[in-house]
Order: sequence, then C-alpha cells, then structure tokens
Amino acid sequence: MSPREIFALRDHLGTALTERTISDPRHVVSLAELPRGSCLGGRGGELDGRSVLLATSGQLLAGLALIEIDGVARRMLLCPPDLKDEHLGSIIAEAGIDAIVTDEPQRFAGFGIDLVIPVGLPQPATQVAPTVRATEWLMLTSGTSGVPKIVGHTLEGLCGAIIGDRPAPGDALPVWATFYDIRRYGGLQIFLRAIVGGSMVLSDPGEALADHVARLNARGVTHISGTPSHWRKLLMSGSAEQFAPRYVRLSGEIADQAVLDGLKQAFPNASIGHAYASTEAGVGFAVNDGLEGFPATLLGEGRGAVDMKVVDGSLRIRSKRAAHAYVGRAAAALTDADGYVDTGDMVELRGDRYYFVGRRNGIINVGGLKVHPEEIEAVINGHPEVRMSRAKSRRSPITGGIVVAEVVLTADSDPARADAVRNEILAECRARLAAHKVPAMIRFVPALDVTPAGKLARADA
Amino acid sequence: MSVRLRIIAAIKQIAEEQKVKLPPLTDELTLHETGFDSLAFAILVARLEDDLGVDPFTLSEEVTFPNTIGDFIRAYENVPA
Repeated sequence: MSPREIFALRDHLGTALTERTISDPRHVVSLAELPRGSCLGGRGGELDGRSVLLATSGQLLAGLALIEIDGVARRMLLCPPDLKDEHLGSIIAEAGIDAIVTDEPQRFAGFGIDLVIPVGLPQPATQVAPTVRATEWLMLTSGTSGVPKIVGHTLEGLCGAIIGDRPAPGDALPVWATFYDIRRYGGLQIFLRAIVGGSMVLSDPGEALADHVARLNARGVTHISGTPSHWRKLLMSGSAEQFAPRYVRLSGEIADQAVLDGLKQAFPNASIGHAYASTEAGVGFAVNDGLEGFPATLLGEGRGAVDMKVVDGSLRIRSKRAAHAYVGRAAAALTDADGYVDTGDMVELRGDRYYFVGRRNGIINVGGLKVHPEEIEAVINGHPEVRMSRAKSRRSPITGGIVVAEVVLTADSDPARADAVRNEILAECRARLAAHKVPAMIRFVPALDVTPAGKLARADA
Repeated sequence: MSVRLRIIAAIKQIAEEQKVKLPPLTDELTLHETGFDSLAFAILVARLEDDLGVDPFTLSEEVTFPNTIGDFIRAYENVPA
C-alpha cells in the first residue's frame, strides 16, 4: 500500500497565478512569484521537521511565509498580532517550539531558540523545500483573559469548507478581503479561500477605515468578510457608499437582524451570508437567507460534513473541520467522548429556527436570574436609529448585578431626539424582554471598543 | 432639589416603568409595602448613585438595608460629603 499523497497549501495554489495577488497597503505580491521564490532567503529546508513559531509584525509576511512553511515543518504556530509578550514563553514551551520565523528577531532573542530565520518579501530562489509532510497548524484562541489556548488543526480540516466552494472554471476570480487578521481563524479561512482560487487584500490596523475602503475599491474586492462589529463600524462611517462587493460575509459574533438588514440596504446587489465558525469547532455552517439565526433542520447527524446538536442550551459540533486537539502539557480535552466540541454558544429554538442568545460565560446574573447581554443588544440594535450597543452588568448591592446598556446612534440620528430614542428603546425592551433583562440605564456613547479579533469588547462584562 | 425629593422622584419614575401602583410615600411606609421587588430597588439604588454620586449600601459594610422609606432616605442624607 502506498502512503497517502500529501498536499500542502502550495499544492493548492490553483491556476492563473499571474493574474492573482496578495496585497497590503504597501506591497502587491503576485502569486506567480511564489512557486519560484522564497521569503525565507531559500532557508525553508532548515525547518524540515521543526516546530515553528511564525511571528511577523504584519499579515503579508505571515501569509507568504506560511505558504512556504506548510508541508515542511512538523508544526507551525500562527502568532496573532495582539499576543502579549508575557504569554510568549509559556506558548513556546507548550507548543514545543524549536524554530522561529520572524521579521522582529530581537523580540525572540531571550527564549533560547537557536534557529531564527528572518522573513522578507519573496526573492527568486534556486532551492525550494519540497512538500514532505502534513504540517500541523496551531492557532491561538482569542479569549480576553489569561494565556490563550493552543488549538491544533490540519490543512485538510482548515480547507474543509473551502475546496468544494472553489470558483468554477471560467468564473471571474474573486478578490477577497477581510477585516480580520489572517492569523485568526476567521481571517485564515478567507486567506485560504484566496490562495486556492483568487486574490487577497489584507487589512492593516494602522489604516483609517475610509482609506481601507478606498483600497478595497482600488483593488477590485468582490468578496469580503468581517464580524458584525466590523460591519457596524463600516456602516457607521459612511464609507460604505463607495463600495459595491458581490458577497458580504459575517462571522465571529451573532449576526442580528438589524445588521443583516443594514448590510442589505447598503449593498443591495450583494449576497449576504452569515457563517458560524470558531477556532475550535471550525466552520459549522453558513446561512444565506438574509435572516438571523439558522434553520433547525441544520441540526442532526449524518447530513454532511458537520454533525450538530444542542445540549443544555449550547451548540455542539462534530466535524472534520474541527480542531483535533488543544496542544500543551495540561491541555484539556477538546471534544466529549462522542467527538463533539462544546462551542459555549447558547442557542434558543423559536419556531423552526435556532437563534444565538450569547456566550455561556458571558452571562449577567441579576438576582439569580441569567441574562445574555447579546439578547438585549439584539433588541436595542433593532431600533432604526441605533448602530450598535453593548449590554453589561453593573454591580448592585441588592441583586449582585443589574443590566445597563451603552448605545451608539447612527450618524444621521438627531441628537435632540436622544431622550425620545431612549424611551423608544426601553419601550421595545419592555415589550420583548423579561423585566430583569430591561436595561436599568441607557447611556449614549460615541463609539464602542472592538477587540483586535474584531469582537465587541466585553472585558468588563 | 433636595435629596429627599430626588429620591421620591426616582421611586415614582421606577414605579411607572415597572407598573407598580405605589401607596402614598410616607416615612413610616415599609419598603416591602411599596410593592417594589429587589430588581426595582436595585435599579433605584443604581440611578441614585448616578444622580447623587453615592451608594450608601455599598460604601460601608456596617450599613444594613433600611426597613422604611424614612430609613432609606436617611441613609442617603447621612452619607458624609
């Protein structure tokens, strides 16, 4: 029996490479440069069998290097931009890192790793390391507190939702963009889609939103993804008017009806889909009917690549696209005995659809009654003059906590109507929510923080 | 507006929001008799903290929760400035 053929990302590059590019605000790299070039100075072969930390200051070098490292290294850990230096040591130890690819070698001088390979833009190379193994891909979870967990994936699993979705021969090649960083699961999904059959326009954290949108236009972006928080920011900025993508995708947070409707209005000719995915569970499903939530018929086993069920209110997913393990000495089990990942995302069945109500660990406790901030935000965001909102707990000597909300109004909302809007929001909350879920106070704020992972910041929730 | 009047106004506002029918608010009325549940009191204390800048029930562990409207108002009036 011959060993199973191994494919690395470089073997999935597809065709028409000369027409395809990866770009950021400063550089445009043709995919045609990749098979004959190296961004590691031709030293990729030194990573054979190594456990590599890929830590670059920007996304472009990370994207180029991971194509070169996959298929060579034993494992490759994608270092997200917001990883704190204080967590580096333990992550390097837990992942057994013995080589580093970086454009910031001084940052990694103190970790006792002797193989540090600098990374730069691709240069023609005489030697390109061949595909010899299926590299394990390690990603970090985006939890806001404590050391991030290390999650192990394979390229096959990461591409599970993508390969069947390739553009048909003769179709115009998609130009992908994402507000995510590609070293996060949601962004990596988009990057991989571009690599197997399109072009990629990377985001840059230092770039103003209007400049970013101008660049998306200049590069002809047709397909674009982000979290609902990313999209609310774009809708709020007024920059969306100049932009006309064909496909708009939301993931990473609950897509409520207000943001779906807002996008439909802003991009009347685009198809708009929201996807459910997590670093651990992989891509679960995509919903393209323009409605929040997902059809209950998606639940069940043996219907396709993904099995799903709801236990104790939380969505459980079993899938070849899921990660295979948490990595590290004291790593917890990723799945239950039946192979299901508990996503921690709580859902509620109403009619023939399930609706996301919030994170299990984000619950606000009001005198013993549980409240998901997201269910309150969904009601508030339904007001036509509200762009985004955050519900959170405020400490109370009586009930432990009460719900308060911060609200960002749309750009065209009349400030003189603030009191009227507040009363309308509260009336809607009283009509649709139990008394303990109605915000005790509503404060209007100019903006709400979004984390580097694109999610509404809930650090104080 | 005095502390007393602000507290009475806040109680009436919350009663309206929570659809609670208040009896006449005398100093002797027990908090139980107001018809407020713990959620309504929690909202009241939070709003008064924003309005008056003080939450006497969190400030000191020695303060016990008052029995009557009069006790409740005095808890705010007696907070050292």
